[in-house]
Amino acid sequence: MNRSWTISKERARDLYRKLSTVRQFEEKVDELFREGKIFGTVHTSIGQEAIPVGVAEALRENDLVIATHRGHGHCLMRGADVRSMMAELLGKATGLCKGKGGSMHIVDVKKGMLGAMGIVGAGMPIATGVGVALKMQKTGKVCVCFFGDNASNGGPFHESLNVSALWKLPVVFVCENNLYGLSVSVKKTSAVSDIAVRAKAYGIPGIIVDGMDVLAVHEAAQEAVQKARDGGGPSLLECKTYRFLGHSRGDPAYGPYRTKEELESWKKRDPLLVLIQRSGLSAKDTEEIDKEVDEVIRAAARYAEESPPPELRSALEDIYA
Amino acid sequence: MREIKYAAALREALAEEMRRDDRVFVFGEDVELGYAFTVCKGLIEEFGPDRVRDTPICEQTIVGIAVGASMMGMRPVAEIQFCDLLPLCMDQMCNQAAKLRYMSGGQVSFPLVIRSPAGKWGGFAAQHSQTLDAWFMNVPGLKVAVPATPYDAKGLLKTAIRDDNPVLFIERKLLYQISGPVPEEEYLVPFGVAKTYQEGKDVTVVAIGRMVSVALKATEVLEKEGIYGTLVDPRTLVPLDKNTILESVQKTHRVVIVEEGPKTGGVGAEIAALIAEEALDYLDAPIVRIAALDSPIPFNVALEDYILPNERKIVEAVSTLIRT
Repeated sequence: MNRSWTISKERARDLYRKLSTVRQFEEKVDELFREGKIFGTVHTSIGQEAIPVGVAEALRENDLVIATHRGHGHCLMRGADVRSMMAELLGKATGLCKGKGGSMHIVDVKKGMLGAMGIVGAGMPIATGVGVALKMQKTGKVCVCFFGDNASNGGPFHESLNVSALWKLPVVFVCENNLYGLSVSVKKTSAVSDIAVRAKAYGIPGIIVDGMDVLAVHEAAQEAVQKARDGGGPSLLECKTYRFLGHSRGDPAYGPYRTKEELESWKKRDPLLVLIQRSGLSAKDTEEIDKEVDEVIRAAARYAEESPPPELRSALEDIYA
Repeated sequence: MREIKYAAALREALAEEMRRDDRVFVFGEDVELGYAFTVCKGLIEEFGPDRVRDTPICEQTIVGIAVGASMMGMRPVAEIQFCDLLPLCMDQMCNQAAKLRYMSGGQVSFPLVIRSPAGKWGGFAAQHSQTLDAWFMNVPGLKVAVPATPYDAKGLLKTAIRDDNPVLFIERKLLYQISGPVPEEEYLVPFGVAKTYQEGKDVTVVAIGRMVSVALKATEVLEKEGIYGTLVDPRTLVPLDKNTILESVQKTHRVVIVEEGPKTGGVGAEIAALIAEEALDYLDAPIVRIAALDSPIPFNVALEDYILPNERKIVEAVSTLIRT
């Protein structure tokens, strides 16, 4: 991963803005959760931002994405409205899902964000079905399915890779290997240390990617997406990454199962820092962008907080079409 | 009217809907050759391998494919070869298909059908003979159809395929080769509308699936004893035609509910509770449920017959009830 990248300042600023958007969105979510303004639980993706940003760079507007329970970044990168997303997380009537989905099930179908998936691995058979439809409809569209390292230990992963490879479906499977499934190290749950090697069992490319480097993610995704679009079938990308916070709220960033040293060593490879190093963006640039993003996120939080709650009768709507 | 078999009626429904709508396609295990129960036999010749396709044995992903494809505007009809395999698909059916529309605030719909046969086949033991209808009445977001005749099989399946919601379509193995009248011209059978077979003043018999034909024979025997029953088949369990059941109970004041699944927590339990809630004052005798005994289905056919409801059990229960 020692390639040197030359990218324009304009592109560097754009990518930085996207990374910063996911980062600051998640930080605001964390803050609102601690203030008791978000129900249930949240899974933040701080540390993993390069993956949704890098993959989204490889997609067209009408491509499709299925994400995981840690799916805010993917939703943002499909272009979902930040205010409606924040309102959804606060369970408001103005939320993307009218306050009935929440953090774990955020969906914006019009933007091609088919859903965060609350059940680990469940998105994979669905992505396979999306792939079947896309191929039958001859649309030229591609579906990207994100999943975590521990999802690759379950049946849906293997079934879906097999069927997708067998039928050469336009699906790209992106593993966000953050090294822990809940509190358990991948070393204790997976018989192989690289998830990518599992691709071999299905005769498809399995590629290990530096998941902290948005440019590396983009490059790998670009190739896999193009292959899928050209009828070459699925690929498995394994993005090595790390979440800087706990699995969900209430789970500390380090202590019970991760060491402070491990966390600190990964923080040196913070995706925002990596981009700065690769692109030579100045502190002036990043500060300016961070400030602009901060305003957008604050405005979204304000909008969400001021939005009305859903009417009680809406609980019985949308059950059937 | 011409008579065709239940399996052929289902096949006609699939073929007609596939001709009518390019978005409809069928897939599952052994569907290209039409095993195990011949429903899909011959479809591949007309519609080709894209729209009639064999899958690996991976039931969870079969239903997942239906979820994903329906989300993209297709109208998939998945076959799960035995309903005993539906437990393998529970996440995709109950957490995904049934809930994704709701959790998205109505952004998307899932016009999919899962066809699967239930019930006795004779000596197929505990993992290929179950009747699991009741499990799925408890999942808001799913619809559940249980056709009892070739006519209803065809009409309900066509309705299911045109419905914009996930439909679990539970067939019956022992009915596949049973013939019945099916018109040649097109028709649909609406969901949520029960069928009343005959009206009798003495008792209401509510029967589900294969138990409809068994109950029909039982009522013929009872008529010879001077006991006249009204036979009601709800046809769809979700939505359930409550009014037809309640109205009949209000007229006959006695009710027997017959199903092939186990008694505890069964379809009959739900219907009995409904009657108790809304028509208790009309009852002259306790509600009677006839169902499988609370046991796995045994392999030995004599034991199997002992466990399952049959004509004799219905006749005896009704005769006893009338004397109450």
